[in-house]
Amino acid sequence: MSILTTIDQVVLLPEALRRDFPILSENVLDGHPLVFLDNAASTQRPRQVIDAIARVYERDYANVHRGIHTLSERSTEQYELAREKAARFIGATHAHEIIFTQGTTGSINLVARSWGETNLRPGDEILTTVMEHHSNLVPWQQVAAKMGATLRHVPITDDGRLDMDTFAMLLSERTKLVAVTSMSNTLGTVNPIAEIIAQAHAVGALVLVDAAQSVPHMTTDVQAWDCDFLAFSGHKMCGPSGVGILYGKESLLDSMPPFLGGGSMINEVRLDGFTPAELPAKFEAGTPPIVPAIAMSAAIDYLQKIGLDAIHRHEQALVQYAYEGLSQIEGLRILGPAPEHRSSLVSFAFERIHAHEFAQVLNDRFGVAVRAGHHCTQPLHKLLGLSASTRASFYLYNRPEEVDRLLEGIAAVQKMFAPQGRKRRAQ
Amino acid sequence: MPSEEELYQDHILDHYEDPFHRGSLPTATHAHEDKNPLCGDVVRIELQLDDGGKIVDAFFNGEGCVISQASASMLLEKLQGKSIEDVKQFSAEDMLELYGPRLTPNRQKCCLLSWKVMQSAVHSPLERSGQS
Ligand SMILES: Cc1ncc(COP(=O)(O)O)c(C=O)c1O
Repeated sequence: MSILTTIDQVVLLPEALRRDFPILSENVLDGHPLVFLDNAASTQRPRQVIDAIARVYERDYANVHRGIHTLSERSTEQYELAREKAARFIGATHAHEIIFTQGTTGSINLVARSWGETNLRPGDEILTTVMEHHSNLVPWQQVAAKMGATLRHVPITDDGRLDMDTFAMLLSERTKLVAVTSMSNTLGTVNPIAEIIAQAHAVGALVLVDAAQSVPHMTTDVQAWDCDFLAFSGHKMCGPSGVGILYGKESLLDSMPPFLGGGSMINEVRLDGFTPAELPAKFEAGTPPIVPAIAMSAAIDYLQKIGLDAIHRHEQALVQYAYEGLSQIEGLRILGPAPEHRSSLVSFAFERIHAHEFAQVLNDRFGVAVRAGHHCTQPLHKLLGLSASTRASFYLYNRPEEVDRLLEGIAAVQKMFAPQGRKRRAQ
Repeated sequence: MPSEEELYQDHILDHYEDPFHRGSLPTATHAHEDKNPLCGDVVRIELQLDDGGKIVDAFFNGEGCVISQASASMLLEKLQGKSIEDVKQFSAEDMLELYGPRLTPNRQKCCLLSWKVMQSAVHSPLERSGQS
């Protein structure tokens, strides 16, 4: 049915992948096939990950690092293996540079509190950007207020890319940390992280990369980037919710005080004090997300088997296709840059029709799940003159036909909410 | 799951396109504005209350989805001329009932935004410059 340029079938992943995802094949919506385009919020899980969760609970589960019984040994081994896998997945040198947290938010807060409260002084500057998710803004606002540091924001260009000229101007000896997303969850913009890190290091600033949206979709190499800190979440990459990762360079993590206090993070506890454990236990107080971490490593296996480069090519084809289709719709404003500067998602807004109407009708009549709202980027939406937008975000299992369905749905919504000269009736 | 036909009934779309008292009220004595933090929808309600606590006039303004804006229009139409006591008596359930179609919990928040703003507005006198 499509009048658009035909998509290059060669770069698409095999459709058979969809069969790995029970939720995509079961009749979960009573009648509609599910078109799941809310992957930037959280993806779905393949059978391989769901099975891994069941397997641990059914055969291997006990608390980690505590017992000397068989089950504790087993789950400890799997938990630590998950750490090694995650390290290899992002190109870290050491497994103990991987800290399991509750998610990207947990990872960023750990750095803001532990590193920030130790290293920031009045007059110091933290540089972040206007396109950040709230979780890479609020923790810095909190620590800046506490330490008397100043928060500065890199603006965006008219087409929704980071304004690198202003970034260079804002960088100075006062800049202690740059906190930046590798990919905007609203604009879809992929930021030039290697360049940002090189420039930041040149003035002696550290860099924290919020990689929640890029790690699931493209190859990550923290050593090639020379990245200081990297944060991402399991649930956006076919893994479970409740687990995420903080990568930090060994020397930095070693120099930072523990964040949360409790069991596991100690070497010795006396009534009047404690000595902290070595990495990574130092930052993993309490019982960690054992099964989520193990299942996240099953997700890493799954993604690596398909190949991150292949996933990226597939999504680029979809996003290009969606972008072209959306560009042809009159009155629709696409947020963010041209397809070559973006990845895996596209957000849009209409002058007269609210995002909620799109999300509701797309869901009810077309079985299409999209996100409507501010996507946790209120400052960015305000800057764009919007209170809300609609976002379609793709993953490895999405197909061009689903983009067609989205476009069809948008046309229907436009028609449904076109002004008709209605008049309110008397009560 | 309510179908969208049911959700967007004609009388609701009528209120959306031809709202009751959308705008501002220069003679307002009370006003309140709030936001749905989940989605950013905004509603402001301005009221003119007389000494007896009667709503002489009421206007709203805002930005948001059909549900949040149409429900504001319906609410003002309903409460125009009523008393503060009537506003207090008018419960969240009454509001959902006034709106009509059954809403999922997330959409109920859209519908109840104006109701919440109204509950606060009757207790939010405006500071008038030039008054002794
Ligand atoms: C760019 C970005 N950063 C941070 C987060 C927060 O991730 P989480 O909610 O898993 O902590 C998200 C997810 O919504 C995101 O898209």
